[in-house]
Amino acid sequence: MRNHHNHDSTRPGERELLESVHPTGRRNPQPAPCYSLVVIGGGTAGLVTAHAAAALGAKVALIERNRLGGDCLNVGCVPSKAIIRTSHLYAGMRHAEQYGGQIPADIRVDFAAVMARMRAIRARIGRADSVQRLEAAGVDVFFGQARFTSSDTLTVDGLKLRFKKAVIATGSRPDTPSIPGLVEAGFLTNENVFDLTELPRRLLVIGGGPLGCELAQAFCRFGAQTIIAQSWPLFLPREERDAAQLLADAFARDGIEVRLNTTAVNVRVENGQKLVDLVSEDYKSTVAVDAILTGTGRVPNVEGLDLQAAGVDYDSEEGIRVDDFLRTSNRRIYAAGDVCLEHKFTHTADASARIAVRNALFPGRQRLSALTIPWCTYTDPAIAHVGLYVRQANHRDIPVKTFTIPMHDVDRAIADSEEAGFVKIHVRERSDRILGATIVARRAGDMINEITLAMVAGVGLRTLARVIHAYPTQADAIKQAADAYNRTRLTPLLRSLLRRWLQR
Amino acid sequence: MRGSQIQTSIVADEALLDGLQRAAFSYFLEAVNPVNGLIADTSRDGSPCSIGVVGFALSVYPVAVERGWMTRADAVERTLAALRFFHDSEQGEGPETTGYKGFYYHFLDMHSGARVWRSELSMVDTALLVAGMLTAGGYFRANTPREAQLRGLVESLYLRIDWRWSQSESKTIRMGWKPESGFLKYAWDGYSEAIVLYVLALGSPSHPIEGGEKAYRAWTATYQWENLYGYDFLYAGPLFIHQFSHAWIDFRGIRDRFMRDKRCDYFENSRRATEVQREYARRNPHSFAGYDENCWGLTACDGPSQPLPERADPRRRLFGYAARGVPYGPDDGSLAGWAALASLPFAPEAVLCAARSMRQRYPEMLPADQYASSFNASLAGADRAAWVAAGHFGLDQGIVLVMIENHRSELIWRLMRRCPHVRAGLQRAGFRGGWL
Repeated sequence: MRNHHNHDSTRPGERELLESVHPTGRRNPQPAPCYSLVVIGGGTAGLVTAHAAAALGAKVALIERNRLGGDCLNVGCVPSKAIIRTSHLYAGMRHAEQYGGQIPADIRVDFAAVMARMRAIRARIGRADSVQRLEAAGVDVFFGQARFTSSDTLTVDGLKLRFKKAVIATGSRPDTPSIPGLVEAGFLTNENVFDLTELPRRLLVIGGGPLGCELAQAFCRFGAQTIIAQSWPLFLPREERDAAQLLADAFARDGIEVRLNTTAVNVRVENGQKLVDLVSEDYKSTVAVDAILTGTGRVPNVEGLDLQAAGVDYDSEEGIRVDDFLRTSNRRIYAAGDVCLEHKFTHTADASARIAVRNALFPGRQRLSALTIPWCTYTDPAIAHVGLYVRQANHRDIPVKTFTIPMHDVDRAIADSEEAGFVKIHVRERSDRILGATIVARRAGDMINEITLAMVAGVGLRTLARVIHAYPTQADAIKQAADAYNRTRLTPLLRSLLRRWLQR
Repeated sequence: MRGSQIQTSIVADEALLDGLQRAAFSYFLEAVNPVNGLIADTSRDGSPCSIGVVGFALSVYPVAVERGWMTRADAVERTLAALRFFHDSEQGEGPETTGYKGFYYHFLDMHSGARVWRSELSMVDTALLVAGMLTAGGYFRANTPREAQLRGLVESLYLRIDWRWSQSESKTIRMGWKPESGFLKYAWDGYSEAIVLYVLALGSPSHPIEGGEKAYRAWTATYQWENLYGYDFLYAGPLFIHQFSHAWIDFRGIRDRFMRDKRCDYFENSRRATEVQREYARRNPHSFAGYDENCWGLTACDGPSQPLPERADPRRRLFGYAARGVPYGPDDGSLAGWAALASLPFAPEAVLCAARSMRQRYPEMLPADQYASSFNASLAGADRAAWVAAGHFGLDQGIVLVMIENHRSELIWRLMRRCPHVRAGLQRAGFRGGWL
C-alpha cells in the first residue's frame, strides 16, 4: 500500500488493471455498524485475510489507500517476473550457438513491447485482486487512508468504522539509501522502475539483494550497460557463499560489471548524466550512468495510521511488534505481511494472513514460528532456499551434514546446458531428517517446493529416495541427493554382512 | 609386481621427487635479496616480496641443510638476514611501514622492505611467515651464538604480534587491515587455510586472541560438512586450502571438536579433497583438454586472461589470477601441477601417478623442472604445447618442496610438533589425541 505511484493510466493494460484494483469515480460504501474484522491494506496479506474471513462468514471491511494487489502485483513479483521472462529470451538468442542454434543477425530490443507485455500480464493477474471479487465475496471495500481513533475504531475518507477485530497489513516500501545527491539526481526503485518507457543506456544498480540482482540481470540482457555495486563481499549476503559466488560468475558471464565490497558515497548530475562516486576500501572511482536503481532493503509502512491511538506498539524499522500468534500489543488487533515480518515475501504475507485470520476470529493458537518458509531469487540461475542454513545449524549446535549434487551431475541439466548450480540438502547428522536446503538452478524456485513439502510432511531423505522422479528432470538432483544419503547408510559392517549373504 | 620391480619403482619415485624438490629450492636461491633475506613473490621482473614466500623460505633452509644442498652456516645467515630485517623494520600506522602490531604487509619492496601496492596488513600471510620462523627456530638448536641469536629473534618476533587486536570487535580474526580504511570487511568464513593462523594466534603466550576455543569455534561455525561425489568432507573448493596449514602442522590423528564429531581428521579430510578433485577432473563438466583422474589441480593460481591469443574461442571466459576450485569453479581449463603434487602426503599413490602423467603429457608446465603457476591444455598453440603461465611463483615452489619433504622425512612436521607455541595453540583450539 503506497501513495506515490505515478502510473500512466492511458497505457494499454493499465486501464484494465485500474478498473480492477482502484476504479476511478467509485464512491466508498456506507459502513456497517460494527465489523467482525477490519483489514487495513489491500496487498497480498490484506486480500488473503479479507477473503478468508468473508468465506468464514465474518462481516469484513477492507481499506486500501492506493491500489489493491499491493507491491507483489503492481510493482513487485508479477511485473519483475514478466520482464525477467523476456530477458531470458534475449539471453537465449545471444547464446543460441551454445544450443546449436543460429544467433539472429539483428537482435533488437523493443523495450516498449517488453513493458506492454508486462502490463497486460499484470492486468490479467490483477483480476483476481479486484474490488468486484471482494464485493462479490461480501467484503466492504474502502479507498483512503485509515487512521485509528481508539482501540476499536478507525476512520477512512471521513467515515467511522467500528470493529471487533482488526488486521494491519499495510506492507512495506523501499528504503531510500542516504547517499548525498541521490534524491536530487533522481533514482529508481521497484515502485517506479516498471513505469520506465525507455531502456536506460547505462544503469547503476545499488544493492545486491534479490531485487537488485534480478533487475540488474534483466536490464543487462535488454542491452543496458549495467554496473551493480554491493557493499558486502558477496551478493545476497544471507545465502550460502557458493550460491552467491555462482551468481557473481553468472553476472560476469552476462557482462554485468560487478563491484563487490563497494559503497556509493555521492551522486551529482553533470551534462545530463549521473556521476556516482564509488568507494571500495581505499579505492575510489566515479561512474557515469543514465539511471540509478536502488534495492537496499525495505521499511514497514507504519506511518499515518495513528497506531498510538489504538495502543499498537511499533518500530519504524522493524515494523509492528507482534507475538508468535501475530497479535499486537492491542488484543483486538493483529498484523500480517511485510509490516510485521522479517521475511518480506508474498508467500509469507499469504501464510501469515491465514494465521492472523484464524487467531483473530477464533480462539486460534497458530504460530508464525511453525511455518516452513522457502524463498527464491529469480536470477539466472535462480537461488532458492528453505529451512536452516548450515551456519544457523552450527550456531544452534545441531550437527549437520550436507548432501550436494552439482547440476553437472544431472542428465537433464546437461541436456539443457544449464549446469551452473547445485542442490544442497542439509540433514541432521546420522539421520535423514531434512533441516534445510539451497538450490541453485535455472528453475530452483520450482524445485525447492519438493523439499518444503518433505520438511512440512516430516519426510526424510530415505523416503525421498523411494520417490520415483520423472526422468529426465532437473528435480532428479533431489533424488540423487537422497540416493547419496542411502549409500552412506551402508556401513562397513553392513557391507561385509551383505557380501557374506551374497556369497553363501 | 615382483620385489625387484617394486624396489626399482621406489628408487625412481625418490629420484623424481628429489629432482623436483631441488628444482623448487633453486627458486629461493634466485629470488632472494641476500641483504634483507626477502624473497620475491614471483620470478617476474619487478616482483615485490611476498611475506608468505619468506615463511616458506625459512622452512626450506633446514630441508636444504638436511639434503646437503646448503651448508648449515649459509642457512643460518640467510635466516638471520630475514629475521633481523623484520625485527628492525618499521612498525607503525603509517602507509609505508613494513608492518603494524607485529603483523606485516602482504607485499613489501624487495630493497627497502616498505609496503607496496597499497597491500593489506595480512593476518594469514603473517601466519605463514611466522610458521617459517618457528620452523627455523625449531631446527637451529645448536649451542652457538648465531643460532642462539636466531632463536631469540624468532621468539621476540612471535611474541610481539598482537593477535588480539586482529579480532577487532569480532570473535573471529579479520582478514586484513589497511592504514587508509581500517579492517577489511572480509572475515574468515568457511573452511580455509587459516587453521595455522588460529593455532599461532591461540598459542601466543603474550597476546593470544580473546575467547580461546570459543573464538576458534566461531570460525569453525561456518564450516560445511558435505557429501560430494560420494565423499564426506569438510568442503573447500580450491586445493591449496587443503594443503597450506598442513605444510607445518601434522594433522594425522589429532582432532578438534568438529573433526571428533565427524570421526575424521584434517589429514584424512585433505585425502578426500584430493579424491574429490580427481572425481571432478574425471567428470570434466566443461570438457577441457587434458582433464582426467591423473590430470587435475584446481586451485588459486595465475591462469590466462583476456585478451587471449587468436586461437582461443572468443566465448570462453578466462580468469587470470583466481582461486579456481571444484566443483563450482571458476574453471577455465587451467590446472596447477604443483597443487596436485602438494597433496603427496595425503594420497601418495594417486598423486605420484598424476604427477608422472601430467609431467609426461605436458612437460612445458615445468620450465627448468620448476612448476609454472598453471598450464592450460585447452589453449594449446600450433605446436600443440599447452599455454603456460609465465615465470614461477614462490608460494608454489614452497608448498611443493615442503609437502614432498613431509612425505619423505616428515622434517617440518617433526620440528613443529616440538614447538611449544604450536602445541599450546592446538590444545587451546580443542585439538586432542594422536601426537598431542
